[in-house]
Amino acid sequence: MEFIGYFGEVFQPVSFLLLLVGTIGGLILGATPGLSPTMAVALLIPFTFQLPAAQGLILLGAAYTSTVAGGAVSAILLKIPGAPANIATTLDGHTMATQGRGAEALQLSFISSAIGGVFGVLLLIFLTPLLAQWALAFGPSHLFWLAILGVTVIGTLDSNSVVKGLLSGCIGMWLATIGFDDIMGAQRFIFHPELSGGINIIPALIGLFAIPQVLTMFARGRVPSGAEVIAVRKHPIGAAIRETLRRWRSLSIGTIIGSTIGLIPGVGGQIAGLVAYDQARKFSPERKKFGTGHSEGVIAAESANNAMVGPSLVPLLTLSVPGSPTAAVLLGGLLIHGIFPGSDLFDNHPDVAWTFINSMLIGQILMCIFGLYVAGFAARVAQVPQSVMAALVLGLAVFGSYSVQNSMGDVYVMAALGIGMYFLERFGFAAAPLVLGLILGPIAEANFIQGAMIADASVGRTTYFFSGVLNLSLIAIVVASIAYSVWMELRQRRIDRQEQNEEAAA
Amino acid sequence: MKSLMAGLATALMIAGPAAAQDYPDRPLMMMVSYGAGGATDFQARIVTMTSGNEDALGQPIAIVNKPGAGGRVGWNWLATQADADGYTIGAYNVPHFIAQSIKGGVEYSADSFEPIANWGADPAVFVVGADSEFDTMEDVVNWAKENPGKMTFSGAGLFVGHHIAALQLENAAGVKLAYIPNNQGGAGAMKAVIAGEVMGGVNNLSDAFRAADAGNIKILGVFDTERSDFLPDVPTMQEQGYDIDNASVNYRGIMVPKGTPQEVIDKLAETVPAMFQNDRVKKQMKAGGSPMKVMTRDEVREMWNQRQETLEKLLAGL
Repeated sequence: MEFIGYFGEVFQPVSFLLLLVGTIGGLILGATPGLSPTMAVALLIPFTFQLPAAQGLILLGAAYTSTVAGGAVSAILLKIPGAPANIATTLDGHTMATQGRGAEALQLSFISSAIGGVFGVLLLIFLTPLLAQWALAFGPSHLFWLAILGVTVIGTLDSNSVVKGLLSGCIGMWLATIGFDDIMGAQRFIFHPELSGGINIIPALIGLFAIPQVLTMFARGRVPSGAEVIAVRKHPIGAAIRETLRRWRSLSIGTIIGSTIGLIPGVGGQIAGLVAYDQARKFSPERKKFGTGHSEGVIAAESANNAMVGPSLVPLLTLSVPGSPTAAVLLGGLLIHGIFPGSDLFDNHPDVAWTFINSMLIGQILMCIFGLYVAGFAARVAQVPQSVMAALVLGLAVFGSYSVQNSMGDVYVMAALGIGMYFLERFGFAAAPLVLGLILGPIAEANFIQGAMIADASVGRTTYFFSGVLNLSLIAIVVASIAYSVWMELRQRRIDRQEQNEEAAA
Repeated sequence: MKSLMAGLATALMIAGPAAAQDYPDRPLMMMVSYGAGGATDFQARIVTMTSGNEDALGQPIAIVNKPGAGGRVGWNWLATQADADGYTIGAYNVPHFIAQSIKGGVEYSADSFEPIANWGADPAVFVVGADSEFDTMEDVVNWAKENPGKMTFSGAGLFVGHHIAALQLENAAGVKLAYIPNNQGGAGAMKAVIAGEVMGGVNNLSDAFRAADAGNIKILGVFDTERSDFLPDVPTMQEQGYDIDNASVNYRGIMVPKGTPQEVIDKLAETVPAMFQNDRVKKQMKAGGSPMKVMTRDEVREMWNQRQETLEKLLAGL
């Protein structure tokens, strides 16, 4: 309960002002396509040079919290996921926005972000030692199986056909092999020097999600602009809160999966949202509504990606090992003030540690309040005529892709992937499984190679990958996940056939 | 396209001398070939933070990260695609980029770049988990002699400083070890040691110092010719009887692509070392546990040549 004593620090005038600046700034940065939370926090580091350590970290903590939630804004309104964490949000969130329910989608996403986020930070406060052990328990073999578990999700994600979903995933995995391989340094599929760095995930996300939508808007051609204006419905905040609580199942699945998977170093943050989305769908009685603008999809995805924020800092704060790129940037922010994370932080600088953690807790709530306040205005973006919208999104897509590494190469990659995806979508393929392949491929590959090298030097590959409680449990979940998908597919076919028969009989 | 680029380059060269008078008149971009938050990125941001001061360059330096494949992606870019006009500069890590160029498969060598100045030197250290049975390098080597090829230990990747240190250890102790390169850099390699995935590891002194301070690991030896101020109690490899020099020490500094106008190089070589010596820079680097070593352009060139020679010999057998 030590942390309660340090709440006062957060409410000092300067500290609270920084918290406000960090939260509002973070929301804006997060909503800007191409600025991932990692980049946003890295941009703010120089501003902390002049501040005392605790205040500097308040700024960074608030910004980290709200950039993750801000990513949902561009995911919902523009179909541009700000970071891998927001991919699952586009699936139902953007559909809701095109139906004129953007305000509702944004409100749901901010409320569930805040609930998930507060839960995650509370875990960080109360269960850090336990979580640290859990984070360390995942070695190369476990991460490999975890990636394979992600692969089993691919087939059923946002796609009408399991085969096409898997095929999209394969294309993504192939794209992921382009460039130097990260461990051995071998060159693969590099036909042009711009590709030697591989496909960067942010331009890929922008291209695969935003460009097909832009092309569709252009392809619709000269529809009179007046006819297509969507009525943006107002949505009372109270109703959004009631809706979020009514969907307690998706909310708790998102929160729990986000906070447990999210803290696994190197993997969690990227897939937590998608895994939570998939699980929420599997457990939902209204599973068919997912992907058609269903509130549960947004709630599960957003509660998961903010629940991850607190736990993802556990390896950093306890072991001084950053578990995610954003944590690595925060480590820099601590080191600049001469504070070493680890036992030193909590023993010798408890004021800094607890003020930082408290600022994330309060930041979650402030983020929610501001988010709800602007949701109604922001949702009017959907009223912009499509011709204008297409140009706007295209401009943001180019800007966002270029800004990641100041590289035109990334812009070309974004455009090429986007045009390719436009045609693939016309044949029933989907962007989400493709991106999941792009993310999971390197995780599975690198961990398999590392695991195999360790295994060859020690116990042998079979023992290394197929023994131990954690390995076997993960394999069991993989098998169950595949079996469930097959069973659902077969049952669906039977239902379809029955319906056809009934129609024929009638 | 090529001829167009060549034409542009010539045009720039002609325009060079006139423009060099008031260089720099706009912000510079510095490429770091590792991700945001890594040790190189973190230090690069500190040492360039006073660049905008009037007594330094008078223009800020913006950091752009081009990570991938142990730095190969960024240095390939700097050697082949960056504009050699003085507004695009890069951070180097020696021995990394020299070792990679000797090994091949990249489009750069030490001749592709012009050194400007060195800011830091971070030696590699050998670490084991806090509860490991090993207490000295001798324990490690003895175990490895009894179990050839079974001593697993992590490092940041292939043909980076950690890998060079690992090869030197194998040669000097006459043992066969199992080096496991990590895809998440030094942080991932450190996590593997703390979690017990591997029996030991080679890591950066600055990161190991923090982890040892937190009680998570033991540091058994320093891959350098003298002990570090940060770790006065940890003996060097030479003190423990292994003939290992400082070839794996991670030198960090600034370089520019070949073809950058000589006036620009002179201006940078004159200004940058003084910029590194700034009191605020020194204070922040010390607070972050990052050892500084400021070297001028001539000293860096000599160091590069020495490394080239040592590494060619060391890597010849692979």
